[in-house]
Amino acid sequence: MSGLYRDSGVVLRTIKLGEADRIITVFTQGNGKVRAVAKGVRKTTSKFGARLEPTTHVALQCYRGRELDVVTQAETIEANRALREGYGLLTHAIPMLEAVDQVAQEREPNPALYRMLTGALRTLATTRSPVVTPAFFWKLLSLEGFHPLLDACARCSENDAPLVAFDADDGGMLCAPCARGGGRPVSPAAFDVLQRMLGGGLNSVLADPAGPAVGEVERLAVTVLEHHIERRLRSATLL
Amino acid sequence: MALYEGPVQNLIDELGRLPGVGPKSAQRIAFYLLKAAPEDAKRLAQSIVDAKDRVSWCRRCFNIAEGELCAFCKDERRDATLLCIVEEPRDIVAIERTAEFRGRYHVLQGAISPIEGVGPDQLRVKELLHRISGEGVEEIILATNPNIEGEATAMYLARLLKPAGIRVTRIASGLPVGGDLEYADEVTLGRAFEGRREVDA
Repeated sequence: MSGLYRDSGVVLRTIKLGEADRIITVFTQGNGKVRAVAKGVRKTTSKFGARLEPTTHVALQCYRGRELDVVTQAETIEANRALREGYGLLTHAIPMLEAVDQVAQEREPNPALYRMLTGALRTLATTRSPVVTPAFFWKLLSLEGFHPLLDACARCSENDAPLVAFDADDGGMLCAPCARGGGRPVSPAAFDVLQRMLGGGLNSVLADPAGPAVGEVERLAVTVLEHHIERRLRSATLL
Repeated sequence: MALYEGPVQNLIDELGRLPGVGPKSAQRIAFYLLKAAPEDAKRLAQSIVDAKDRVSWCRRCFNIAEGELCAFCKDERRDATLLCIVEEPRDIVAIERTAEFRGRYHVLQGAISPIEGVGPDQLRVKELLHRISGEGVEEIILATNPNIEGEATAMYLARLLKPAGIRVTRIASGLPVGGDLEYADEVTLGRAFEGRREVDA
């Protein structure tokens, strides 16, 4: 396979290359994760440099290379400009990009993940809700085959006792007796947010005002995601 | 892969550690130096030693400096009430070429990059806060790069500095002189529209 191709994707990260070039990592609709050289984009006269910044959703034309492709054209689909102009939004958007970068495979299309990422960035840019990032992490885990068990104890399958803790190894909530042997305590409010988030009530959670429960769900999501990808999410320290 | 005799191989290895110089280029440069007149090679060696010995970071603004303070901090004619924040010493040179700015500088020596794990603690932010309280700064101009890291840094600093009651401004972004409007990207053009101003004819 060689030659030109067109695709649309979200720019995940950029690395400086040489004097004026960048290597961009794009999560595309049709080609999965792609790494490509964008030539001359650090010069002020670059025609598409501004379109290849992280968080931007772009339509690309690339030339397929052996290891790295070369970007020949780029047009913006969604600039997601709001994300770049608020510190709080940016620190919530970047961890989503990093998570996708870790999970996605090169040249392996993942349409569900693509829809989720573009949707999450759009929602974050328009609603500015702090719920978007933790919800994205949980849905990402679910998509990766790690849907947490929330309706019964993940260790003893007891479904009458209240569930009070989360354990990443067991992959779900634990009841009080099981939680004595490990697991991270989860407050009832946070458990409620988590249940609605994954149980089809995402819109109702998005409408919630920011509270301590959302922060708790977010920290839990980061821990579980890091456990799953077996790597630290570096940008999550700014959340 | 030591194919040459000791000193030659050492030279090639050392040259090969420079940015953008691969083994083949290192070999070419090494042989050029061996062929060159002895005084040329010595001059190069001496200028590297001199630069390393004499140049360090300015104690006040973290620009490169010969001695304690850099040329801009020493220059008393510069306006101490204006402080321009840049990422790298090279950015100062670019701003100086415009001859538009007569204030002082502060070099952060990097930008916040969540994905690289670079946070405010790795930058010269604490030193900046010290300067502001002591030097009578009235306006801070954020001149970080207009990319995602630079914007993040500018937003972070703005949030940090606004409560101190100082005027905080961000350099404008817009269309490059000599460019075509039709090739401008949406973000830049959008910002150019936001920052439009009345024409004085």
